[in-house]
Amino acid sequence: MAKELLKGNEAIAEAAIRAGLEAYFGYPITPQTEVLEWMSRRMPELGRVFVQAESEVAAINMVYGAACTGARVMSTSSSPGVSLMMEGLSYIAGTEVPMVLVNVMRGGPGLGNIAPSQGDYNQAVHGGGHGDYHPIVLAPSSVQEAIDLVVLSFDLAEKYRTICMIVADGNIGQMMEPAELPEMRPVKRREWDWAVTGAEGRERRILTSIYIDPYDEEVTNLRLLKRWREIQKNEVRYKEYYLDDAEFVIIGFGTAGRVALSAVRAARAQGLKVGLLRPITLSPFPYQVVDELSRRVQAFLVVEMNSGQMLDDVLRAVQGRVPVEFYGRLGGVVPFPDEIADEIRRITSEKLTVTADPREAWYERLSARVN
Amino acid sequence: MVTIAKPENLVYQRPESLTEFPTHYCPGCTHGVAHRLIAEVLDEMGIREKTIGVAPVGCSVFAYNYFNCDFVEAAHGRAPAMATGIKRVLPDRVVFTYQGDGDLASIGMAEIVHAAGRGENITVIFINNAIYGMTGGQMAPTTLPGQKTTSSPNGRDVETQGYPIRMAEILAQLDGAGYVVRRSLHNPANIRKAKKAIRLAFETQVRGLGFSLVELLSTCPTNWGINPADALKWVEEHMVPVFPLGDYKVAEAVAQIKV
Ligand SMILES: Cc1ncc(C[n+]2csc(CCOP(=O)(O)OP(=O)(O)O)c2C)c(N)n1
Ligand code: SF4
Repeated sequence: MAKELLKGNEAIAEAAIRAGLEAYFGYPITPQTEVLEWMSRRMPELGRVFVQAESEVAAINMVYGAACTGARVMSTSSSPGVSLMMEGLSYIAGTEVPMVLVNVMRGGPGLGNIAPSQGDYNQAVHGGGHGDYHPIVLAPSSVQEAIDLVVLSFDLAEKYRTICMIVADGNIGQMMEPAELPEMRPVKRREWDWAVTGAEGRERRILTSIYIDPYDEEVTNLRLLKRWREIQKNEVRYKEYYLDDAEFVIIGFGTAGRVALSAVRAARAQGLKVGLLRPITLSPFPYQVVDELSRRVQAFLVVEMNSGQMLDDVLRAVQGRVPVEFYGRLGGVVPFPDEIADEIRRITSEKLTVTADPREAWYERLSARVN
Repeated sequence: MVTIAKPENLVYQRPESLTEFPTHYCPGCTHGVAHRLIAEVLDEMGIREKTIGVAPVGCSVFAYNYFNCDFVEAAHGRAPAMATGIKRVLPDRVVFTYQGDGDLASIGMAEIVHAAGRGENITVIFINNAIYGMTGGQMAPTTLPGQKTTSSPNGRDVETQGYPIRMAEILAQLDGAGYVVRRSLHNPANIRKAKKAIRLAFETQVRGLGFSLVELLSTCPTNWGINPADALKWVEEHMVPVFPLGDYKVAEAVAQIKV
């Protein structure tokens, strides 16, 4: 297929449809609404299921029901809506049914604003619904990558009977870029041996997340963990830029990673040995590659559109071997390449030390810039 | 050797749609009666193998152990949304939810109203026992004025704790509803009527005539703190006047159904 100029949200919707999406349930919220609108037109046209739910609570529970039948199913939302879905996500995780959720993140907390943000990293990666579970979390940094990750997300969700979440900040959802959509795949309902479809000619099946005996629940949790360990082993994805000879490594995902890449290119043009690591799977996080880098580079700079949420994962991998610096913008503010270029200049020229919390110094710097 | 009952003198047996699993319900609880009626209807309509049930959070959280058909277990109050997801993907299957009054009329109020509003072709069996059974007898949205519960220890004070919510009446207002009625399980005559209503509700669904709901006045002797016989009387004397039995919505096409 040829490249076309596509808006992120519409590309996400169409990519899901072409990947064989059978049912979509959602609720309007900016900056994600174009996904819902696209689905409302395309899904019925193709004889597939579209329901505008009464809330994100209902939407995720419709997804839950549809997922129990073994259908390819997804929802999309933005931060406040995703918060409402946490209950349902926990049930879906506990029931071990596959589904895809896209969070086009916006500024928060609270109602916040509709500007691009990465403030939901912890919610997606480390928290979210109650109980012990780990979703797969993917972060695109372009429209093309969003398309590719949507297609991949269904296969991953089904392979591991897990939640696969795509966190795209509002920028990815709203921008237009040339990108290529995949071929239309036919919808084919697989005959899962767990799906609830009516017990015709077979024993009845039950899908539930309740295990009243703690020992049974422990066995269930262990099963989830076993699957998660496999995911950790097989599914870590990231992109490296100029890392071969890099002495300083920037780490950023999504839009922050993309902006950082411009700054890294500019720094390279000036002869600075700087590279970029852009995690694509935030969960499982590429700990191993950060660990390896930390044994050969001089320092890291983590760039995020939040107050240092992924930073904690980087710190965990680096283990104090070299200094880790942080630069973040908050509340829906997207950093300019120049700001990151300044930071690159700073870390490549100053004498850095390993500190317990890189946020301390960043807080002072950002306060001075903002106030 | 034990004589096996001959088909010609068999008067009572377990419906195929119920499993042999003994229920965990308290003595005198009418949840079990409601289960049996649903199972008999599934048997009579021959739809057991096409049916998918959605269990609630409440005393009937383990309903899936007792029904011999595919089942899922929803989050508290969300059964109508989950049923929507199932039914939309599998429109030729029969999908029903089984929900208590806390589940349906409190935490799940939005989900039930909108499922009815959308005219989802699902059947809802709504067990109204005027109390939260599973959590030990707290006030429900259906608790009667003056009724003592563990969270209205002096009796429900309508000034501060509001009035009972009549769900059948509310849902009957919605154009998407094809069949909405209230019945009671307090004596055999009413149980027979309840079964007929459950049959009609499922017939409504299989004919694609919209949302169907049967509200069943039910007992909770354990949390009402009375014996099973008195509990049945309590339904008749105290609940029926507040929750009048009757047909609140019978769409024209549903009224034509002969069973
Ligand atoms: C989100 C959530 N809140 C609260 C509960 C606790 N809870 C379990 S059952 C229940 C009430 C059930 O009452 P009802 O629906 O009337 O059913 P019954 O037990 O009377 O049959 C509550 C509040 C829960 N499981 N989940
Ligand atoms: S607590 Fe009440 S509703 Fe629950 S099983 Fe016992 S009698 Fe029935």
